[in-house]
Amino acid sequence: MSSFPLLPDQASANAGSIDALFFALVGVSLFFIILITVLLFVFAVRYRRGNRVDREIRRKDNLKLELTWIIIPTLISLGIFVWSSYLYFQGKTPPADAMEIYVTGKQWMWKIQHQRGNREINELHVPLGQPVKLVMTSQDVIHSFFIPAFRIKQDVLPGRYTTEWFTATRVGEYHLFCAEYCGTSHSGMIGRVVVMEPMDFERWLATSGNNETMASSGEQLFRTYGCAACHQEASSSRGPVLAGLAGSAVKLQDGRTVIADRGYLQESINDPGAKIVAGYSPIMPTYRTTLNQEQLNQIVEYLLTMDGGVAATARRN
Amino acid sequence: MSHETAVEGTNYLNNGYSLRSWFLTTDHKRIAILYLFTIVLFFFVGGSFAVLMRLELMSPQGTLVQAETYNKLFTMHGIVMIFFFLIPSIPAVLGNFLIPMMVGARDLAFPRLNLLSWYVFVAGASVTLFALVTGGLDTGWTFYTPFSTSYSNTRVVPAMVGIFITGFSSILTGLNFIVTVHKMRAPGLTWFRLPLFVWSLYATSLVMVLATPVLAITVAMVAFERATGIGIFNPAIGGDPLLFQHLFWFYSHPAVYIMILPAMGVVSEVIATFSRKEVFGYRFVAAASLAIAVYGFLVWGHHMFVSGQSVYAGLVFSILSYLVAIPSAVKVFNWTATLYKGQIWFQTPLLYAFGFIGLFTIGGLTGLFLAAMAVDVHLTDTYFIVAHFHYIMVGGAVMGFMAGIHYWWPKITGRLYPEGWAKFSALVLFVGFNLTFFPQFLLGYLGMPRRYYHYPPEFQVLNVLSTAGASILGVGYLIPLIYLLWSLKRGKVAGANPWGATTLEWQTASPPITQNFPTTPVVTSGSYEFPALEEVHSE
Amino acid sequence: MSDHAHPTPVAHQFDDREQQTEVGRLGMWLFLATEILFFGGLFTAYLVMRWKWPEAFAVANSKMDVTLGAINTAVLLTSSLTMALGVRAAQLGRGKGSFALIIATMVFGLAFLGIKAVEYARKFQEGLFPGPGFVFEGATGRQVETFFSLYFMMTGLHALHMVVGIGILTVIAAMIRRGRFSPDYYAPVEISGLYWHFVDIIWIFLFPLLYLIHPHL
Repeated sequence: MSSFPLLPDQASANAGSIDALFFALVGVSLFFIILITVLLFVFAVRYRRGNRVDREIRRKDNLKLELTWIIIPTLISLGIFVWSSYLYFQGKTPPADAMEIYVTGKQWMWKIQHQRGNREINELHVPLGQPVKLVMTSQDVIHSFFIPAFRIKQDVLPGRYTTEWFTATRVGEYHLFCAEYCGTSHSGMIGRVVVMEPMDFERWLATSGNNETMASSGEQLFRTYGCAACHQEASSSRGPVLAGLAGSAVKLQDGRTVIADRGYLQESINDPGAKIVAGYSPIMPTYRTTLNQEQLNQIVEYLLTMDGGVAATARRN
Repeated sequence: MSHETAVEGTNYLNNGYSLRSWFLTTDHKRIAILYLFTIVLFFFVGGSFAVLMRLELMSPQGTLVQAETYNKLFTMHGIVMIFFFLIPSIPAVLGNFLIPMMVGARDLAFPRLNLLSWYVFVAGASVTLFALVTGGLDTGWTFYTPFSTSYSNTRVVPAMVGIFITGFSSILTGLNFIVTVHKMRAPGLTWFRLPLFVWSLYATSLVMVLATPVLAITVAMVAFERATGIGIFNPAIGGDPLLFQHLFWFYSHPAVYIMILPAMGVVSEVIATFSRKEVFGYRFVAAASLAIAVYGFLVWGHHMFVSGQSVYAGLVFSILSYLVAIPSAVKVFNWTATLYKGQIWFQTPLLYAFGFIGLFTIGGLTGLFLAAMAVDVHLTDTYFIVAHFHYIMVGGAVMGFMAGIHYWWPKITGRLYPEGWAKFSALVLFVGFNLTFFPQFLLGYLGMPRRYYHYPPEFQVLNVLSTAGASILGVGYLIPLIYLLWSLKRGKVAGANPWGATTLEWQTASPPITQNFPTTPVVTSGSYEFPALEEVHSE
Repeated sequence: MSDHAHPTPVAHQFDDREQQTEVGRLGMWLFLATEILFFGGLFTAYLVMRWKWPEAFAVANSKMDVTLGAINTAVLLTSSLTMALGVRAAQLGRGKGSFALIIATMVFGLAFLGIKAVEYARKFQEGLFPGPGFVFEGATGRQVETFFSLYFMMTGLHALHMVVGIGILTVIAAMIRRGRFSPDYYAPVEISGLYWHFVDIIWIFLFPLLYLIHPHL
């Protein structure tokens, strides 16, 4: 990073196309700003009071002119809208093979856990060239996970999972900021993203972890809290069967149907009363105060892989 | 130098000097003066917060104040400037003074309600100030939940109560204006003969009446939630923090138009008078005001593209945000076209109007960046946003306010200000403003988040530039304060119509008599029928 | 009482009485538009929370006293009827009839508030007022509390409007007594009536939302 940059680093696969749109907008803006400024000055000088020029006006209004400057800006706007929406949806649709990393925001730090179990705080190590999808939630207020060099930002909310994804294209270290005001040390909730060659990243994973994947941590928690006592295979169980649940459609007591995604799984542990599965009673206590957010993430990850991981990847959305 | 000792005859200013004659007045002109004093005071209060922030940001590792203090400074700067300066600025001062005169009425429809709304404003401001001096508030002016409801340790409840109260002042003012425009117009003054300032304040008033109550009830819910610990907005007990954001922006986006529409109205008047021409495409400019007010209600979600709202909702809000830009563009083009073949007289109000057009155009065009979802993802919550809305609110609304104050100063006070100083300070303001806020566009694109007390050292150069600009800007605001006060005693007597303007308020004495007009005026033509100047002939 | 002894003068800013009347009427309609948005925020919050917590809200609904709610609905509707008749009487210049009907409206309004007070008192006793004293067993206790906080905010705001309405009607009744109105000038009665009907209509939405909807229970 130079000491006085005017352009931000461009280090993700989508950064280039977003910058292209940005500079197209700069171009459109410059065109109109120059146009208006020049016209203001030319008219102001030429038609200044006392200057003897032709001021004969044939008509006060001009419908054609009005329509011109309504229709042309509208068309330009619509063009930009289509272009930007296309890029936005691209930025919202992670590739199926994206590597998932969990992010938990709390006042005022970022806690990160890789699926292989590695944890880091205020640092995010990622491999070059591999799509990475961040699965993010907060355990207190709203934060926002912002990596300027990747041109991505997404608010991180308590009680919900939000995601963003990127493919890093340049090895290096980049800023990580919290972009949603979150209290006293908001500006201290920063860190760095380290993009590594895939080989280096593998080595990093191998040396910085404890060999327990998130799912296996989740499985242990599942046992420790005796979840299986109610959620067992037997037909008489007091709670719904959980194997194969993730990704399926669940019919609720009030007639609605929801997809059992991460958000649903987390909500059902935190607020079991919110969505009662048809045929069951609201008897499960909340685990909100028992489990911290990272443990919740681990259990959710375990539930996603529960029936042996078959088609588990497909359920992750 | 000619300064006659007094403006002859009785007028609204010399009609009683007791405190009672001011604080119990129902004269819309006197109430406007009360508002003027109040909001100028708040402008300098809010400005001093900004000065401290800019000084703090000169170095990457803060040294001047603590992080908590900094957070309170930007919160209080936002609250004071938005709720206690910008929103009441043009409507409550110039609108109050001018709407009855422009429609040829003796007063607003509800004079006592008008006085009440000033008292409500002062009461709300007092409660808010009480919150600010007894511990302050650190939520940002956006009060996002669950931070404001459950995590902040500052004076949220009294601040919410203050803002709740202030909202009703805005509602009552808007209601008064709408009824006045509908029912109090002079004989012959049809809708399409109304001055464009009246049109834009009419549109503003619609927004005030229909959006403000939603803010009021939302801050009431925040206060209630904080006081009783229930969970409408707090997800930890089943609430929805995005619900707060929707309700908040349902008011706070239209609130931007409460600030900018009146300034557009001022610019229309100034452009017409100083080019001695009816504003080109009068009906389009008038309709654009209403279009902005209506569309303004439908675009709040563009503040929430990265909030976690549905991407399809984002899509709808994005396209509507593009559409709301069109009527603003129509206004800019029509103002420019008005100058064509006009007789342009370079007086201070016109300089400010040019400043408005230039800065508002930049502010508006950078709004297109933020309506583009893919780009907004990168730019939102950075200094790009800060720069963008300051171009709209300071470059736009405050420039418009300055244009209006200079344009109507002779009418309000009966005196002219020193033109040289006024032009000089307009120039200082323009330069200072751009130096302050243009670097912030670059900072935002580089990725510097807003509301940061510390920042990485590579952002320092641009921050120092911005602070330097702010000091020039500060001087630019102090000069007018001095010469305008000076002009009250020493300024040249203005006469009824120093600019040769055609709208009704110029057809009576300066300062106006208490009843505005000796007899109710009868209107027989549009607002901008300029007589030909004898000395100018076409070639 | 309908003598023209003390005709209220036209305020100085108006040309004539007709203008004054129209101004008052439009002002009240605009005020009611503001009010709709004001309550609208609460209705939105209620709908979002109900959508999010259907079971908890159904449980909470079942704690409501439908009988008292229904009686109150009837009381309020009757008050709207007497209000409308009172305006009519004023329009026809029947001062005495108008006075009696306005008083009746106020009595019904007070009855509504009395019944509301009984309901509130019971909710306090049952520990259903949100805050530290709130008691509710069950997994969704906090959401039941959310329901009751919305209940108290919505009905409390409505009751506040009733109190203001009764205050306005007191002034109107006093003006009728002093013979301030005539068939040519009864605008304040009519405009107060608009306000009263509005407050009534708000209740017409509150009653089913807060008392009647509890599916599957």
